[in-house]
Amino acid sequence: MIYTLKQALKQFARNGAMASASVFSITAILLILGVVFLLIVNVTNITETVRSDFDTIEVYLLDSTERADADAIMKELAAAPEVTEVRYKSKEEALEAFKVKFGDKAYLLEMRQSNPLPNSLVVKVGKIEDCDAVVGMVRRHEGVENINYYKETIDKLVRMTTFIQYGALAVILALLIISVVVVSNTIKLMVLGREREISIMKYVGATNWFIRGPFLVEGILIGLISALISLGVVYLMYHRFEQAFGTDMIVMLSTNLVPERFMMANLSVIFAALGVSIGACGSIISMRRFLDT
Amino acid sequence: MIEYKNVTKTYGANIGLNDANVCIEKGDFVFLVGPSGAGKSTFIRLLLREIKADSGSIFFDGQDITKISNREIPKLRRSMGIVFQDFRLLPKKTVYENVAFAMEIIHMSPRFIRRQAPQVLSLVGISDKARQYPDELSAGEQQRVAIARAIVNNPVLLIADEPTGNLDPDTAWEIMRLLEQINARGTTVLMVTHARDIVNRMGRRVIAINAGRIISDDEKGVYVSGKRAARSGAGEGEKSGEGEADDDLHA
Repeated sequence: MIYTLKQALKQFARNGAMASASVFSITAILLILGVVFLLIVNVTNITETVRSDFDTIEVYLLDSTERADADAIMKELAAAPEVTEVRYKSKEEALEAFKVKFGDKAYLLEMRQSNPLPNSLVVKVGKIEDCDAVVGMVRRHEGVENINYYKETIDKLVRMTTFIQYGALAVILALLIISVVVVSNTIKLMVLGREREISIMKYVGATNWFIRGPFLVEGILIGLISALISLGVVYLMYHRFEQAFGTDMIVMLSTNLVPERFMMANLSVIFAALGVSIGACGSIISMRRFLDT
Repeated sequence: MIEYKNVTKTYGANIGLNDANVCIEKGDFVFLVGPSGAGKSTFIRLLLREIKADSGSIFFDGQDITKISNREIPKLRRSMGIVFQDFRLLPKKTVYENVAFAMEIIHMSPRFIRRQAPQVLSLVGISDKARQYPDELSAGEQQRVAIARAIVNNPVLLIADEPTGNLDPDTAWEIMRLLEQINARGTTVLMVTHARDIVNRMGRRVIAINAGRIISDDEKGVYVSGKRAARSGAGEGEKSGEGEADDDLHA
C-alpha cells in the first residue's frame, strides 16, 4: 500500500508535464460537463415551474348564459377528481384584471361603452395531463363560447426540455469517453516508460493488481485534481451568473435559479465520482495490454 | 519436480514444441540446448506460464500448471527465479535496490529485506558494489546482480536463459561456478545455452531440442547441435551417440 502510493507520487513528479497536460484537458472537459449540468438542472426547474403555473383552464361563457347554468357547470367540475379549484370570474372582474394588466394604457378600454369581455370560469387542474379530460367535460355543456388552455404550449415546452436533456446526455457521454481516452494515453506513456520494470515485476511474481496499483492511483489522482479545479471554476462562474442575472430570471420566468449551495453540493459529488472513475477506467484500459500474461 | 507430458505448442503454422516429454528432478542441473528457433524459449515460457500449451500437461511441484488460473501465475513465478542474457536490471536503482525490489514486490517486510538482501549479495560476491548503479558495473558483475535478484526469494528452480551469452569466456566461467554453487545448495537449475564448451566441460545433464522435438536427453551429456543431431538421430529419435558428438567438438 505504502509502496503503491510512493510509486504513484514518484511517477507523478517524474511525468509532471504529461500529467499536467491531461489534468488540463480533463479539467476543460469537466468544465463543459459542469456547465451542461447546470443548464439541465435549471431548464428542468424552469419547466417544472412553468408547468405548475399553467395548470389553468379558462372557460368563456356566452353572454346569454344564466348564472344558474354557470353554477351547474361549476358544480359538475368541482365534483371531478382532476379539478382542484373552480372560480367564477364575472365580466367586471375580467375588466378590472385587464385594466391592471394594461396599466397606463387602460384608458383605451374606458372609451368603450359596454364591457366586451365575457363571463368566465377559471378551472385549475391538479395535473396538466388532465386538461384534456376536463376540457371534454366542459365542452358538452351549452352556453360555453370558448375554452382557453395551455396544454399545447406546455407540451411543446416539455418536448423541448426533453430534447435538451437527451442532447446534454449525449454530449456528456461523448465527453466522458474522450476523457477516459485522454487519461489512458497519459498512463500508457507512463507504462511504456516502465515497461522493463513491469516485465521484471511479472517474472518475480508480482500480482497484476500490485503492478496496476501505482498507475491506478496515478489516474485517480489526475481525475481528482481535475475535478477539484473544475469545481472551483464552475462555482465562480455560477456565482457570478447568479449575481448578474438572478433577479432578471425571476422577472422573466417567474422562477429563481437553482440555488448555488444545492448545485455545488451535487456537483462536487458528481465531479469526484467522475474524476475517480475516469482516472480508474483510463489506467485500467491502458494497462490491459501489458498485463496479458 | 518438473514434468512435461506430451506437451505441444504451436504458433499458427510454426511449431514451438512438439509432443515433448521431459522429467527434471529436484536438485538437478540441466542444460537445454538447440539451435535458434528450436523451441527452447517455448519450453521456458511454458514453464513460466507466459504462454499456454495447446495440449499435454506440465507438472511443477506436483501441480499441473497448464491448468492453473491466471490469478495463480504470480504464486507459481515466486517459486522460480529467472536470469536473462541481457540481465534486465533496473538502471535507476542501485545494486542493492535491484535485489530489494524483487522482495518488495512480493510483500516482504523491510526488516527481512534488510537482513536477506546483503546476504545474497555477498553470496554472489558483489557486496562491495551494493551502492553502485548497474551501468557502473562490468557485464559479469551485472549478471551476478541479476542472479542475486533471482535467488533472493529462495526459489526452488532457477531458470537461466543464456546467462553467459553476453560475457567473455572467463567471466562466463565465473558465472557457471556461481550457478553450480547455487545448485549445490539444493536449487534446481535449468540453463538454456549455446555455449558448447561450457556444456561439454560441465558434464551435466543435457536436453537437446530441435524443431520442437526433444532429440536427446543425456545425464553427463555433451552439446548436441541441432543439425548434426537431425542427421544422425532422425531415425532413432532419442539418445544420439555421445561419442559422435564429442568427436564433432574436438574436430
